[in-house]
Amino acid sequence: MAEVEDTLKRIQAQHGVIGTIVVNGEGIPIRTTLDNSTSVQYAGLLHQLTMKARSAVRDIDPQNELTFLRIRSKKHEIMVAPDKEYLLIAIQNPSE
Amino acid sequence: MRFSFKECCFKPVADEPDIEIEGSLVHKDSEEGQILCAEKEVGRKSKTLFSCITTATQTTINPPREVACQTESQPLLVNYSATANQWEIYDFYQEELQKRTSSTKKDEKENEIAEGAEGVHGNLSLLRDFTDKSDHDLAMLSTAAKLLEYAVNENINGDIIADFKHFEDEADEFRGDKGTLLPLWEFQYNKVKSLPVSALCWNKKYNDLFAVGLGSHKFTELECGMLLFYTWRNNNHPEFLFNTDSGVMCVDIHEQKSHLVAVGLFNGNVCVYNLMAKGDQPIYNSMASSGKHSGTVWQVKWWEDDLYGNHTFFSVSADGRVVSWTLGKYELFSTNIIKLPPMDKVPDDLNNVIVTAGLTLDFHKQKPYHFLVGTEAGKIHKGSTHYTRFIKTYEAHFRMVSCVRWNPFNPKVFITCGMDWRVNIWDETTDSPVFTFDLKSSVMDVAWAPYSSTVFAAVTADGKVHVFDLSINRFEALCQQRVVSTKRHLTCIEFNPVHPIIIVGNDRGLVISLKLSPNLRKNPKEEKGKEPSTGAEVEIAKMEKLLILMR
Repeated sequence: MAEVEDTLKRIQAQHGVIGTIVVNGEGIPIRTTLDNSTSVQYAGLLHQLTMKARSAVRDIDPQNELTFLRIRSKKHEIMVAPDKEYLLIAIQNPSE
Repeated sequence: MRFSFKECCFKPVADEPDIEIEGSLVHKDSEEGQILCAEKEVGRKSKTLFSCITTATQTTINPPREVACQTESQPLLVNYSATANQWEIYDFYQEELQKRTSSTKKDEKENEIAEGAEGVHGNLSLLRDFTDKSDHDLAMLSTAAKLLEYAVNENINGDIIADFKHFEDEADEFRGDKGTLLPLWEFQYNKVKSLPVSALCWNKKYNDLFAVGLGSHKFTELECGMLLFYTWRNNNHPEFLFNTDSGVMCVDIHEQKSHLVAVGLFNGNVCVYNLMAKGDQPIYNSMASSGKHSGTVWQVKWWEDDLYGNHTFFSVSADGRVVSWTLGKYELFSTNIIKLPPMDKVPDDLNNVIVTAGLTLDFHKQKPYHFLVGTEAGKIHKGSTHYTRFIKTYEAHFRMVSCVRWNPFNPKVFITCGMDWRVNIWDETTDSPVFTFDLKSSVMDVAWAPYSSTVFAAVTADGKVHVFDLSINRFEALCQQRVVSTKRHLTCIEFNPVHPIIIVGNDRGLVISLKLSPNLRKNPKEEKGKEPSTGAEVEIAKMEKLLILMR
């Protein structure tokens, strides 16, 4: 438990990381470093996207599993680490 | 009378009347009129038309009845939707399978008790889930959090990773035989800036994981030590971290069971850590053991499992003994293997008091019962686990031997380095070194490359890394590069078993990884027309040629 907290703190402290969000199984952010409206928006959208991605991966091969999802856009990179019920999202600005 | 429009007046018409209506008036002088008058006087109803009463017949009237038909009320409409993907079908089958296997297991036990217990446990577990939901579930996120941290670091270190994977220094073609070392990641744990790196070890199974032992052998510095494990996917924070109460002097990771790590400490203890176990404590500690060392343990090395399948490792220490430790069920069992012979200047009656410190140990790659021990007297002793005496002794260096290693390919060759600024390469059959190199500063550590039998690298106390390839240049280094600032010493070096990377540690807890440039990894040119061959035999042959040359 404390390990996860430490890891999240470290991630937030890394260079270029804009924010981190922990989303529960229903798409509601339970822990975030961004403001409420942005968090809810990210959480909802990425939750659906992760469901879809997971469905796609498992549809092709049911023994496979989605482990990580990265969306690189012009301005940021959004990284999603799905778990059984939760989602960890980190938004980073990769260019230095 | 008719109105004539021609003359605009009424004119009598002589035709038949248009309307003839029977009236109900009777003239009073007519017969009927007179009868009526007479009756009126009497007051009796007459039998005229108007005194008849008609009686209508009536049929029975059926009262109208409403007959309607009503069906039963419709059942509740529920919207149901589902998808039928491959994975849903697969998951469903898996659950069915599990239910069936668990039900067969249940049948084997006594049904009632089992079910009763299950019920109780089921309820308890539900309760627990309900109450600790927040703590319990967040802890499961550790894998996901780790992956996220790796990804974030990958973004930050993107250029380093690109260099690691793809960069090959093209300037090497113009440099003749010389090569360079490209600095890649740096690993420094913030809280231990003052502890020197005393040991490095790569994990053979997971090629990106390595162990760093931190500890000082100087009495004036800090007493504590640390064992860290880093992976280059996260150079900010170690994967595993263990605090030890005494400085870590040596580390070795078991080759097959890479979660077992043997550590030798400054206070003479040896510990074994299990990376898969949680907690800060080692699973075995030699503190309680009777055969423990009384001096600093300078080197530990894993060995083969013994007859019963228990893991064994050897340690050599400043108290002059080589001891083998076996991992029993709950504790370590020690066996004295051999005691190092006393130094020349020690008078005979003080043999047991003034001991020769053993500083380094290495097992032969092909014949695992042979080993070499280097001492502080500058001697190398070749021993075997079968015999209680040393087979051979080599006068290697004038001062302490800091490292001895067998060649990974050629079974007769080993390399030693010492504080007398020298690196020597030996053929085990001869008494004097085949090659000698003077590196102008105390050589702290030397390592053979795993990909070639003629390449090795050494680190010196002035912060330089020297890389040699004997098949290309027998007299001088291909690369002599300073990798840390002048004030810092380099203490350890290790080659990655798979990638062309070396890690070096300095005396301030910093570990730097460097990539070898192509010139340092070359195979000697084959004759034209032949394919370049690789493999152990080729490497052995290469070394043999050199040895023959030097005789």
